[in-house]
Amino acid sequence: MNVEPTVRVEDKLYYNRYLVDVGRPHVTVRAHTTPSPQLLALLSACPARCYELNDNGQVEITVDGCIECGTCRVIAEPTGDIKWSYPRGGYGVLFKFG
Amino acid sequence: MIEERFDAIVVGAGMAGNAAALTMAKRGMKVLQLERGEYPGSKNVQGAILYADMMEKLIPEFRGEAPLERHLVEQRFWMMDDRSHVGMHYRSDDFNEERPNRYTIIRAQFDKWFSSKVREAGATVLCETTVTELVRDDRERIVGVRTDRRDGEIHADVVVLAEGVNGLLGTRAGLRSRPKPDNVALAVKEMHFLPRETIEARFNLKGDEGVVIEAAGTISRGMTGMGFIYANKECISLGIGCLVADFQRTAQTPYGMLDHFKQHPSVAPLIAGSEVKEYAAHLIPEGGYKAIPQLYGEGWVVVGDAAQLNNAIHREGSNLAMTSGRIAAEAIAQVKSRREPMTATNLSLYKKMLDESFVIKDLKKYKDMPMLMHTHSQNFFLTYPQLISKALQNFVRVDGTPKVEKEKATLKSFVKARSWTGLFGDACRFTRAWR
Repeated sequence: MNVEPTVRVEDKLYYNRYLVDVGRPHVTVRAHTTPSPQLLALLSACPARCYELNDNGQVEITVDGCIECGTCRVIAEPTGDIKWSYPRGGYGVLFKFG
Repeated sequence: MIEERFDAIVVGAGMAGNAAALTMAKRGMKVLQLERGEYPGSKNVQGAILYADMMEKLIPEFRGEAPLERHLVEQRFWMMDDRSHVGMHYRSDDFNEERPNRYTIIRAQFDKWFSSKVREAGATVLCETTVTELVRDDRERIVGVRTDRRDGEIHADVVVLAEGVNGLLGTRAGLRSRPKPDNVALAVKEMHFLPRETIEARFNLKGDEGVVIEAAGTISRGMTGMGFIYANKECISLGIGCLVADFQRTAQTPYGMLDHFKQHPSVAPLIAGSEVKEYAAHLIPEGGYKAIPQLYGEGWVVVGDAAQLNNAIHREGSNLAMTSGRIAAEAIAQVKSRREPMTATNLSLYKKMLDESFVIKDLKKYKDMPMLMHTHSQNFFLTYPQLISKALQNFVRVDGTPKVEKEKATLKSFVKARSWTGLFGDACRFTRAWR
C-alpha cells in the first residue's frame, strides 16, 4: 500500500520552530548535470523533504526545514555529492519537546 | 582566543555530555561544556525512556526535581501485520514502587533540567556555540577546540566528544569513520497531545502510571525497523525507524511509513483526535558491538551515541550514553588526580572500565544480532509477522473446522513460506545471535 501522496511533509514541518541562518545553508549539493544514485536516494530518504528535483533533472536542496538528522550526510557525503556541517550556534531547528 | 585554560572540554549537552560534565565538575575539575542549541536539549531527540538506575548514579535525588512524565508499569511488544497485532504485554503492580525503574520523559525539558545540575556542580556551559574543529599541537595531540564564535579557540587537557550519533568532529579529525548506512537507523517521531484523562483511559492507566509499546512487523515493509508508542502525561510520542541503508535501497519515505503506522487499526484509536505539536527525526546507532570505534586517544575520549553505544535489541541508548559519559569522566578524574598527562595510554583506563560495565557486556552479548536482522529483514519483519498473525487468527476464529485440520494448515503455511531447512536455520541463527 502506498500512502505517500497523501502525506504533506510541509504540514509536519509547520509544527516546528526554526531560526533560519539566511544565506548560510549548512548543507550544500555539489554542482552536477546528472544526479548520482546517492543524490537521487535523498529525494525519498530525507524526512523533511529538503531535496527536490529541478526542471533540469538536477537535485537541489532547501535547508530551511532541515531537522538536522544527518541521513543525507550518511548517504551522500562519502561520494562528495553533498557538504554537511551543523548550523552556526543557535540556528536551525529548535525542538520544544525533542 | 579564550585565554582561560580548562581541565576538560565537553562537546555536546545530551545525556553523555551532561553525565561527563557533571561527574568531572563534581570532582572539582574545571569544565567547559559547549552546546550548539539555544539551550541544552533544543537539539536533542529521543523516544524517550529514562532509566532510573543510571540516573541515580549521577543525581540520586532526581525523582524529586526532574521533569518526569510517567513511571512505567507496563511494556507491550507488538508484532504487526497490516490489519492485526500479536501482543506480549507485561504489566505489574510491582512497578508502582517508591523508586520506580523507568520513566517516560520529554528530552528538551529533561535535558534543560539536567544541564542546570551540571551548572550547579560548577561547570561552565556555553550554548549557541558550534564546535567546528579539534585543535592539535605539533605532536598531533588534541589540545582543544575551535568554535564558530569569533576568536573561538579554546584549550584543555582533554576533550570529551559527546557530539551525538552524527558527530562531525571525530570524523573530520580522522578519529573514527562516518556512520555507514547499514549501521544507523533513521527514526521519525511526532508528539500527539491529548487530555490527560483520555490518555489514561486509552492506555488503562491511573495517576502517573505509564506504558510503552514497541512494535515490529509489516509496518516497516520488510525493512529492518521498529515502531514505538510512549505515553507521556499529556501527550503520546509516536514514531518509527528503519535502517538508512533500507531507506536508500527501497525509496520508501520515512513520513509515508510514519503515517501508515498511524493509520494501522491497532494504533489509530490510541491517537484519535490528538493535536500534533512537533515532528522530529534522528539517527540511532544500530551497528552494535562491531561498530564501536576507537574510544580514546591522545587528549580525547568519545562517549554515547557518537561512540555508537546503543543496545538496539533492548532499545537502550540513553543509559549507555549516561554511563559511558560518567565512566569516561571518572577515568579522566583518576588520571588527573595522579597528576598524569591525558595520553592515550592513560586514557585507556576509560575503555578498561567500560569493558567491565554492562555497557560493553550487553553489546557483546548481541554482537551478531544487527547483522542477522539486517540480512534477514524480509523474514523477521515481513514473513514471520504475517505467518504468526494468520496462525493466531486460525487459533481463535471459530468456524467449525476441526482443530487438527487448523493446526495442519498453520504448520503447512510456515513450511510453505520458509521450508523446513529455512525454519530450522532461522531458529538456529536467532538462538546463536541471542545467547
